[in-house]
Amino acid sequence: MEMTDIFGRLSWADLVLLDVFRSPSVDTAVSSGAAWIMVLGAAAVLVWLTVAGRWGWLWRDWLTTVDHKKIGIMYITLGFIMMARGIAEGVVMRSYQATAYQGGAFLSEEHWAELFSTHGTVMIFFVAMPFITGFMNYLIPLQIGARDMAFPVLNQISLGLTGTGAALVMISLALGGFETGGWTAYPPFTGADFDPGPGPDYWVWSIVLSGFGSMFSGLNFAVTIYKMRAPGMDYLKMPVFCWTALCTSILLIFALPPLTVAGLMQALDRLLGFHFFTNDLGGNMMNYANLFWMFGHPEVYILILPAYGIFSELTATFAAKRLYGYRSLVMATMSIAVISFGVWLHHFFTMGQSPSINAAFGIATAIIAVPTGVKVYVWMATLWRGRIRMTTPMVYMTGFFILFTIGGFSGIILANPAINWQVHNTQFIVAHFHNVLLPGLIFGIFAGIHIWFPKAYGFRLHERAGTITAILWIVGFAMTFLPLYAVGLLGYPRRSAAFDDPAFLPYMYVSLTGAFILLAAFCGLFVTLWISIRNRDSLAVPLGDPWDGRTLEWATPSPPPPWNFPVIPQVSSLDAFAKEKAEGKPYVQPAEYRDIELPAPTSAGMVVMVSTTALGFALTWWIWWLAAAAAFGLVAYFFVRSFFEYPHIVIPAIEVQRVNEAWIEALHLCTPVNRDHEDDPRNRGHAATDMAIAS
Amino acid sequence: MSQETNVHPGMNLGYSDGEHEAEVKVFGFWVFVMSDLVTFGLVFAIFGTMAGATAGGPGPEDVTDLKSIALQTALLLGSSFGFSWASLSMKYHNQRWRTLGWLAVAATSALSFLIVEAIDFRDWYHMGAVPQRSGYLSALWALVGLHGLHVAGGLVWMAAMTGQILRYGLTDQIKSRVTRMGLYWHFLDIVWIGIFSMVFLAGVA
Amino acid sequence: MKLDDLKTRLMLDSRNEEERAERRFYFIGLILSVLLTVASFASVMTGLLPRAWIFPTLVILALTQIVVHLRVFLHIDLSRQKREDLQLLLFTILLLSIMAFGTLWIMASLSARM
Repeated sequence: MEMTDIFGRLSWADLVLLDVFRSPSVDTAVSSGAAWIMVLGAAAVLVWLTVAGRWGWLWRDWLTTVDHKKIGIMYITLGFIMMARGIAEGVVMRSYQATAYQGGAFLSEEHWAELFSTHGTVMIFFVAMPFITGFMNYLIPLQIGARDMAFPVLNQISLGLTGTGAALVMISLALGGFETGGWTAYPPFTGADFDPGPGPDYWVWSIVLSGFGSMFSGLNFAVTIYKMRAPGMDYLKMPVFCWTALCTSILLIFALPPLTVAGLMQALDRLLGFHFFTNDLGGNMMNYANLFWMFGHPEVYILILPAYGIFSELTATFAAKRLYGYRSLVMATMSIAVISFGVWLHHFFTMGQSPSINAAFGIATAIIAVPTGVKVYVWMATLWRGRIRMTTPMVYMTGFFILFTIGGFSGIILANPAINWQVHNTQFIVAHFHNVLLPGLIFGIFAGIHIWFPKAYGFRLHERAGTITAILWIVGFAMTFLPLYAVGLLGYPRRSAAFDDPAFLPYMYVSLTGAFILLAAFCGLFVTLWISIRNRDSLAVPLGDPWDGRTLEWATPSPPPPWNFPVIPQVSSLDAFAKEKAEGKPYVQPAEYRDIELPAPTSAGMVVMVSTTALGFALTWWIWWLAAAAAFGLVAYFFVRSFFEYPHIVIPAIEVQRVNEAWIEALHLCTPVNRDHEDDPRNRGHAATDMAIAS
Repeated sequence: MSQETNVHPGMNLGYSDGEHEAEVKVFGFWVFVMSDLVTFGLVFAIFGTMAGATAGGPGPEDVTDLKSIALQTALLLGSSFGFSWASLSMKYHNQRWRTLGWLAVAATSALSFLIVEAIDFRDWYHMGAVPQRSGYLSALWALVGLHGLHVAGGLVWMAAMTGQILRYGLTDQIKSRVTRMGLYWHFLDIVWIGIFSMVFLAGVA
Repeated sequence: MKLDDLKTRLMLDSRNEEERAERRFYFIGLILSVLLTVASFASVMTGLLPRAWIFPTLVILALTQIVVHLRVFLHIDLSRQKREDLQLLLFTILLLSIMAFGTLWIMASLSARM
């Protein structure tokens, strides 16, 4: 048997870890160094798990669980792990551009191209997506008064598929390297003729496989919201976050297929010599751009809508007012969801189609700014005359408000095809999308973490550390990305490996400084977490409602029990929990407790993750036996599995009663704190409500 | 009973809780099918943009054998109809052998469809109409192949269902699964309508 | 005892009635489907139609057959309990048409201007 039969086209030369020893240079030191950091980091985790005897804990409590809350936390953890890589790459990239004057940069051009490709892929697909999916996982069932998702096992499988995509991107760091065609990976540059190597294959398989996961997540969330709402919760009594989650889910269901189709056609081109996007024999790469952005544009709204939801919940809670214009906000969200499918061409105005097509899509793009504007006014009106507490989430909100509006305006400018032709493919674009994604999505996520972390873990995050971190994020963002608008207008093409105009230099230095502040801000998150863990006793809020919350998830202890609610709540209005508190009758004891059935843990998600990772890896390296074995194993597993009744675990009524009564008793023993003492140790999660007056 | 006039066949489940669960599952499956429909629709659209991209190679008039396509259509329609009868016998008679018999009719018919389709693929291969030859042929193989793969996947699913019916009888869970399978099967018919008219008939018209 | 017996029998009768109705419905669907398919093939194979008419005819016949299949085999109708399925289907068709016709429009323009 030949080596190629066993290892495909994989050889020792592909081991990036050894590059620096083979040909020592700054360039190989950076690439090998990154690979070593990853490998040693992973090894350290494995050693820790073994030494601390945590394998069983990891397997039983996390990897096989179907509890939506734990799955949500795992998504967010994955997002942070990948974000560490994405931010490190960002800092390296800014250093590269600061030294790129007349080609003086310290890395090779190939390496630079790989960096901007992985940075984009990692940040969009394996940071932003896991973050929003994690939030939706954690919050949807709690907010609609359900015990779990409609399809808990599928939920775990979605997580597994996301993990597969992330794993493949990480493996590429140590084996063979990633593609160099940007996160969009346009062929024919990424086609077999120009890049036969493994990079584009890694891209294809990580995107396609994790894409299936995202599609199934969307399906799961949409069905959960459609069918599992608590009795009495009409569509217009749903929390705003659930509305944004529903619209995001719909986008996930319908926007992922174009990406899957584009990715699989690209795979057919590369593996089997088809001619979808090739230069010759009737291939047409413009089809790829078209397909990719049919996904790519809704994707933007997939990411931003849940953040809008978080900001909506946040303004109402921290201004102690009812959300102004709930219905307008719902309408705006739904319009965005539909219109977002009709604007994709604005990503390639310059491709050569007729001006009337450009005009049509330009107009549609300008129109989609209207519902977004509506939202900004809704938040302003909610804050107006509210009793605002400037806690960390509100600091993020302030940054978001100002910066996101700037980003939105630059988007409206870009919607005009004539202007777009001028700044197309310059740093202006880089500034624009970082400006909407970072203050929009990432600030929303971090604000959300400050709000719901106490729900998940039972203690608040340290306020001062959190605020400093938030300010670092805001300043770091502004310094890093606002200068790029200027250099973009001056004509600096994005992704260029070198520049010749000395006028760009000052901007590049400011931007580099900003990147280091962002790095500090990222570390600030962990410092905040560290300080909070150390002070967790004085920050504890086990009673569950530290912020005087409005929606059902605050009507549970922190952390909530695996069954969420002892009995499914009956809902009669919007902001159900706020209404109960305003009427002075929250925390009612149920008349009767019943046994609760929950789905049992399963290893399905792990089976899917391992087999699809093997499949993607095998198809990348042409290890055909492994690809066949993984595909067959996957089908066989589900075939056999379908013959067995899916087991449930039963929580006896007496246990539910014990947990619930202990919580209610603790509530009665604790004096409610008003909003002036929100930040001090007296806040144990029992809020004295302002609502009677404010709403 | 009168409310039930247009419930999915086979959905006469015994207790209300299970019915809700089954309804959630059927709705979820509808959503999946719709996502799949978008996938097919996009492959159709790509096929549309590549219909002329024959690059001097074999074109639609060379690869279309209308007799074979007519036969495939009849077989697939027959399979779908057989499946309907399986659903009806599951709903009204609750006899496993009767249901299994009709499932066997549906499966045989679909398997014959796949065989005839495979013969077509072989003929294309022999005349040099391989996907590596042109953009048009790439799109043709991908679109027809994607449908064929779906049918093959459906057959594996049908095998699993047959085994489960033999093992457990027509329990509520199995009825709910067969119902979902029915959605899938009839959905593939609809895709085939698009293929035979837009790809083959319109190709030679 | 006797009454119960009678009830069961009556119920069985009504179920038989229902089954017969449903079978009839499927048969009508099958016949329509076959007729439409045959018409499609005939429009191409017989050469009775002028060339320019064939493609629009095929489109109309295919769409009609899809509606028949949706109604008969996939049980879509306007009744309340099917409303969610119907809404979902219509929404999908809306998005798919935006995407598919958008693609064809853009690509046709691009190839015309090459």
